Amino acid sequence: MSEAKKFLYVNRRAPYGTIYALESLEVVLIGAAFDQDVSLAFIDDGVFQIAKGQDTKSLGVKNFSPTYRALGDYGVTKLYVEKESLAERGLTEDDLMPIIYEDENDNFAEKPSLIFVDRAEMAKMMSEQDIVLSF
Amino acid sequence: MAYEVNGTTVEHDEEGYLTDINEWNEAIALEIAKGQDLEMNEERWEVVNFLRNYYDEYQVAPAIRVLTKALAKTMGPEKGNNKYLYELFPYGPAKQACMIAGLPKPTGCI
Repeated sequence: MSEAKKFLYVNRRAPYGTIYALESLEVVLIGAAFDQDVSLAFIDDGVFQIAKGQDTKSLGVKNFSPTYRALGDYGVTKLYVEKESLAERGLTEDDLMPIIYEDENDNFAEKPSLIFVDRAEMAKMMSEQDIVLSF
Repeated sequence: MAYEVNGTTVEHDEEGYLTDINEWNEAIALEIAKGQDLEMNEERWEVVNFLRNYYDEYQVAPAIRVLTKALAKTMGPEKGNNKYLYELFPYGPAKQACMIAGLPKPTGCI
């Protein structure tokens, strides 16, 4: 097989109201089958996608937020969150779901998937990608 | 289109997946399995129940390789492999077991 490419999925919109967040998540799950080097970025209102305690009952749509916690099973273990986007919305790291993965190379030790970076670090990480898909 | 079980009807899509996951019960599972020419034994229930628990936790039906990996971890390598799962569900574990479990078709399932 050819060498794995670095894929980045950029999520910048709120989880509900448009289909972008769910579509992005589904593409990530499908794409995971191709064994590429996958990262996700949560920027702007995208940080709400991984917020704790989502309740969609009054919206009449499915709450798909638990599915982000399954990403580790699919080998997707790098979820970059922009610190400025959190702060601008009055959110802290504690307002996000704990998302972890089991490291197969380290006796299945549980490790955090969320990586908190500032805007400059996010830009640098983006510039190192082969393919960037924006949702 | 619908399954008829004990005098009640349960809607399904053109492929046989339940329209509403909340309508699932064991009698419906048996009916779906019968339509797939599968007899529900202990091993098949084990996989079906595993899928239901996974969906309950993550709101997604696991892809086949995620399923085999998770089964290998919780039930041992002799059950967490493709050969074992295809012997139980010859037309595809994801497709048939998910259908019997009342789950939507797995994302990315071909």
